[in-house]
Amino acid sequence: MSAYSKYFIKKFCWYFLTLVIAVSLNFILPRLIDGNPVSIIVSQVSKGMTDSDTIKQVYDTFMKEFGLDKPMWTQFLIYIKNLFTGDLGTSFGLYPKKVTDILATAVPWTVGLQLPAILVGWILGNILGAVAAYKKGVFDKAIFPVALFVNSIPFFTLAIIMLYIFGLTLKWFPLSGGYDFQMIPQLSFEFIGSVIRHHTLPFLSIVLVTIGGQAIGMREMSIYELNSDYVLYSKLLGIRDRTVSRYVFKNAMLPQITGLALSLGTMIGGSLICEIVFSYPGIGTWLFTAIRQLDYPLISGCTLIIAVSVLLANFTLEIIYGIVDPRIKAAQMEDE
Amino acid sequence: MNHSIRILLKSPKFMIGTIVLVLMIAFVLIYPFINTKDPLEMMALAFQPPDSNLLLGSDNFGRDLFLELVYGIRTSMMVGLIAGVCATIIGLIFGLASGYMGGFVDNFLTAITNIFIVIPSFIILILISVSIDSRSSLVTALIIGITSWPWTARAVRAQTTSLRNRDHVNIAKISGHSTSRIILSEILPYIASYVVMAFVLQTASGILSEASISMLGLGPYNTISLGILMNWALVFEAPVAGAWWAFIPAAFSIAVITFSLYLMNTGMDEIFNPKIRS
Repeated sequence: MSAYSKYFIKKFCWYFLTLVIAVSLNFILPRLIDGNPVSIIVSQVSKGMTDSDTIKQVYDTFMKEFGLDKPMWTQFLIYIKNLFTGDLGTSFGLYPKKVTDILATAVPWTVGLQLPAILVGWILGNILGAVAAYKKGVFDKAIFPVALFVNSIPFFTLAIIMLYIFGLTLKWFPLSGGYDFQMIPQLSFEFIGSVIRHHTLPFLSIVLVTIGGQAIGMREMSIYELNSDYVLYSKLLGIRDRTVSRYVFKNAMLPQITGLALSLGTMIGGSLICEIVFSYPGIGTWLFTAIRQLDYPLISGCTLIIAVSVLLANFTLEIIYGIVDPRIKAAQMEDE
Repeated sequence: MNHSIRILLKSPKFMIGTIVLVLMIAFVLIYPFINTKDPLEMMALAFQPPDSNLLLGSDNFGRDLFLELVYGIRTSMMVGLIAGVCATIIGLIFGLASGYMGGFVDNFLTAITNIFIVIPSFIILILISVSIDSRSSLVTALIIGITSWPWTARAVRAQTTSLRNRDHVNIAKISGHSTSRIILSEILPYIASYVVMAFVLQTASGILSEASISMLGLGPYNTISLGILMNWALVFEAPVAGAWWAFIPAAFSIAVITFSLYLMNTGMDEIFNPKIRS
């Protein structure tokens, strides 16, 4: 077996175990606390209804879905079986809509917003950090405190400030939603234009905060590399500055990939709250609604899909890292 | 120890961060004695702009926002501090145990740490908060603390592993000192600066976590925190009403607190970690 496939299989097993634990936590945490909240919530939901037939129908749906009358183990098996058939239950708040259907409409918006924003922020932040470390002087003194300040602003704070300045005061961009509400989603220039205008502010607020954090990390890594022996040696050898800075950039870049993998969870969490500020029709906004309505199946669906996608993204990054970083291959070779 | 504190006092970054933070803490602790009103008392119309009487205007219930902000900063800082202490202690115990003992304990603890680094703590935070019906700010702080230790654990483990086989530790072992004494007097002093830095970062991230979770509507009950102020502003549509004073000051306070904590951390990093001094 080649060294790389060994690395791959090892990583795969670890992530599979992590996935199992994440799914179990999603099942068990809300049920651990005294008086199974699911059953309490079911009784709360049916309180508001007056028609006794509907109450019975709603109650039966949830009793069947959660298997509340059965022991915990059977409940867990039902939960897993439903997961495999892609059934995340029925929403309390939007009864009788399926949680899977709600999430299916939300996911494209969230992915369309976060994936480009995090990538752009990461790339720009790294370039800025490297430049700050390399140029030093005034440039570094200006960039570093700004980056540090931007990084200490929570995502949603920047979002709310941008909403106020560019949306409300200057009226450059719309305030909420994913597109103009009177439009019907279709492939026309007008509709795409509307989507882009609604996309701009949330996109920018995520990009800005990501740039801040990444620039700080990259600056630190680059300074560390710039002070290392090989740089001094290359300089003494008379290798051109541009070539040396390429070496430095390459070496400082590698840990940044791991850094991205590790901070992904926080970033996605922050961006979800950013969605709420703009009432962007993604998972974050649904989560917000679900929490306010105590819509337990929807909350659980949202947390599950977020956890699974963070795990997937992390796994992908680690696989890429294994290809990019020669040290990983070397370490695997030694093991053999 | 005295020596390193003296060096720290010369770092402008560390000093600026500390001074801002100390002034802020002093102000929010003293102000309630000067203005003894209840922050939840309604005393004006909804969303009144700032004037000489109400320094930061009023919120949607007509409450004095400046007073609310002072109490909010107090709660948020307390939550951050407790969460930071809690996360640092758990991380320290896990990291020391796995780094010093090695073998099976190390493998087991490292596996747990790696798993919980990948599962977003934000998700666990939501799941636990949804399930607990009446959350005080202390409960929220503890939940944040027990979901954010893996970073510290991983870093402490790395440092401890590299210290374990140093000569001075081996001598202490040969001299027959007990494990707890070796950890306390031969290992802890070497990683102390690192732990303090991790604690500062954990506190900052604790404040940010509290703000995020409160924004979602899962914050502590019966209290005012910066996140809750933002949540109210959003739920009652302060931005649409043009009431910037309902959310900009709270947002700015979060940024200033975390900024000064990060600044302190960077200042310490530059002193204790000579390799990144530029």
